Amino acid sequence: MARSITYREAINEAIAQEMARDERVIVMGEDNVGGTGAPGEMDAWGGVLGVTKGLWGKFPDRVMDTPISESAFVGAAIGAATGGLRPVVELMFIDFLGVCFDQIFNQAAKFRYMFGGKAVTPVVVRTMWGAGLRAAAQHSQSLLPWVTHVPGLKVAAPSNPYDAKGLLIQAIRDDDPVIFAEHKMLYDVAGEVPEESYTIPFGEANVVREGGDVTIVAIGRMVNTALEAATELASSGVEAEVIDPRTTSPLDLDTIIESVENTGRLVVVDESNPRCSLASDIAGLIAQEAFGALRGPIQMVTGPHTPVPFADSLEDLFIPDAARITGAVKTAVDWKK
Amino acid sequence: MTGTLTQKPSTELTPDALLDAYRVMRTIRDFEERVHEEFASGDIPGFVHLYAGEEASAAGICAHLTDRDAIASTHRGHGHCIAKGVDIQGMMAEIYGRATGSCRGKGGSMHIADLSKGMLGANGIVGGGPPLICGRALASKIKGDGGVAVAFFGDGASNQGTTLESLNLASIWNLPAIFVAENNGYAEATSSTWSVATDDIADRAAAFGMPGVIVDGFDFFAVHEAAGEAVARAREGGGPTLIEVKFTRYFGHFEGDQQLYRADEVRHARENLDCLKVFRARVTAADQLTDAQLDQIDAEVATAVDASVVAAKAAPRPDPGDLLTDVYVSY
Repeated sequence: MARSITYREAINEAIAQEMARDERVIVMGEDNVGGTGAPGEMDAWGGVLGVTKGLWGKFPDRVMDTPISESAFVGAAIGAATGGLRPVVELMFIDFLGVCFDQIFNQAAKFRYMFGGKAVTPVVVRTMWGAGLRAAAQHSQSLLPWVTHVPGLKVAAPSNPYDAKGLLIQAIRDDDPVIFAEHKMLYDVAGEVPEESYTIPFGEANVVREGGDVTIVAIGRMVNTALEAATELASSGVEAEVIDPRTTSPLDLDTIIESVENTGRLVVVDESNPRCSLASDIAGLIAQEAFGALRGPIQMVTGPHTPVPFADSLEDLFIPDAARITGAVKTAVDWKK
Repeated sequence: MTGTLTQKPSTELTPDALLDAYRVMRTIRDFEERVHEEFASGDIPGFVHLYAGEEASAAGICAHLTDRDAIASTHRGHGHCIAKGVDIQGMMAEIYGRATGSCRGKGGSMHIADLSKGMLGANGIVGGGPPLICGRALASKIKGDGGVAVAFFGDGASNQGTTLESLNLASIWNLPAIFVAENNGYAEATSSTWSVATDDIADRAAAFGMPGVIVDGFDFFAVHEAAGEAVARAREGGGPTLIEVKFTRYFGHFEGDQQLYRADEVRHARENLDCLKVFRARVTAADQLTDAQLDQIDAEVATAVDASVVAAKAAPRPDPGDLLTDVYVSY
């Protein structure tokens, strides 16, 4: 019988189990221990939201604080990965891609191809994404499209504690560079998670809810919002199939196509900005690959083409909610030529 | 701690080590002079940045390294590759974009790498290497394998945040790392006397709590000695060093650069300072090696470089299917 633990605890447990299993796994990031060089206690923070709390106590030689130098320490994690370690480096917020992106997309992502297939760079960049914490424009973004775009990177975005543990263990064991995107509004969400170690393969979508009238593809926290919408829709006789891709690169397009061929309708939900987004990407792929199956226009439910606002009233408008999803589903279902 | 090392006799180097060093420098020179010629003929795609004139730096530093030690290079990376032991046949084929190249034709001049030799790649991004070298040094420190890691970068990269962040990180983590600032006087077409705020790049070492030294980059022995101290300190757990190597490059930023920004310093350097001439004069005057020994290396290198060009031109281009391979280990 699985226990119920939080998304935060599931991530911590995944790292701890992999560190115990494989001494090549190291952890580094800003305040991932907390207290280094300070007069008080060590392990004072365990990361800004406590995700790595306690790891230093178990593995003091392999959990490191870093200066606030994202280019240097993300790059160092990448370099260490080429040197035989399996670093798990924390980029505190995905918004900070702006101060280290070169090391990720020009270095880590390119080595294998650029060096003729001889490089192996098993690095995991854990990073916090998404809106909802009233953290404003520079700490709330959903930049998964940026990294999903880059050949050579894999991108995982777990929507629940079970997936968080299994996908992270897979990421650490994976020989390619992985961006592991943790939605900040999910850290306190609890769910059943086995104590034993397990992996979830990349590129295998999870059909979270079955239904025959419309396919809803949702990413990260939006999976829960989509399920909420699906419950409402069911009360009015519309059965939605909800698909969580779990990884955006590789993307399990086959599962989405199979669903759309059954339902004839597609709504893609992602809180990223709408242009060149995961939503537009999946919509475009389905338009190309399953056009004949569509019985209504593909709908995209996303954040607007704006930065994330600070005021709670505005941020709540920014983030897609169940009402917007049900509205989009109705547009797709009710469409007549 | 910044200072110019006094020149000492090369008594610590055995004749074999001297022959190796000369062979490395001569190979780099011939390789680059030949790429210069071949590029002008239009057979080489893309663009290339030549290392001629700077040979003593790569040779003097890498003489202290083995395959367990890593280096990261720059866009001007051919010399570092050769000094770290990368096969010149593979390098030349790579520059020609051929399937037999070091990177199977998918990297080109700016991305030649050989991880089996600890050569972590030339790098098209100025300042791209120093963070990676912190990681390689960290890996050696954690594994306790005794390895050191060396970041070569230019005067241009000395102004990049990645480089400055890496100097700080290497210092606070006490990493077995060496930072080699190759100051050839120009970042592309802009003078380092203008773009670097301090008198010398080595001055910056003090800001990061590490030793900084300046060496004459035309003098193999000066580079070799400074590198020896830095590598020994790193291997013994004494932390990183910043070495500034001063010289000039013999060619433009890239091939085709008209170099309107330069005075006639290249002619002066080639005639009076050239690392190969200085090396030959010193080792023959000290009766350590003979002209005949060095002439023999010259002849062997000329043959090997010529063979690399012949082989590269005859080699097949990559298979069309290679476009899609090796993006991931698995996907």
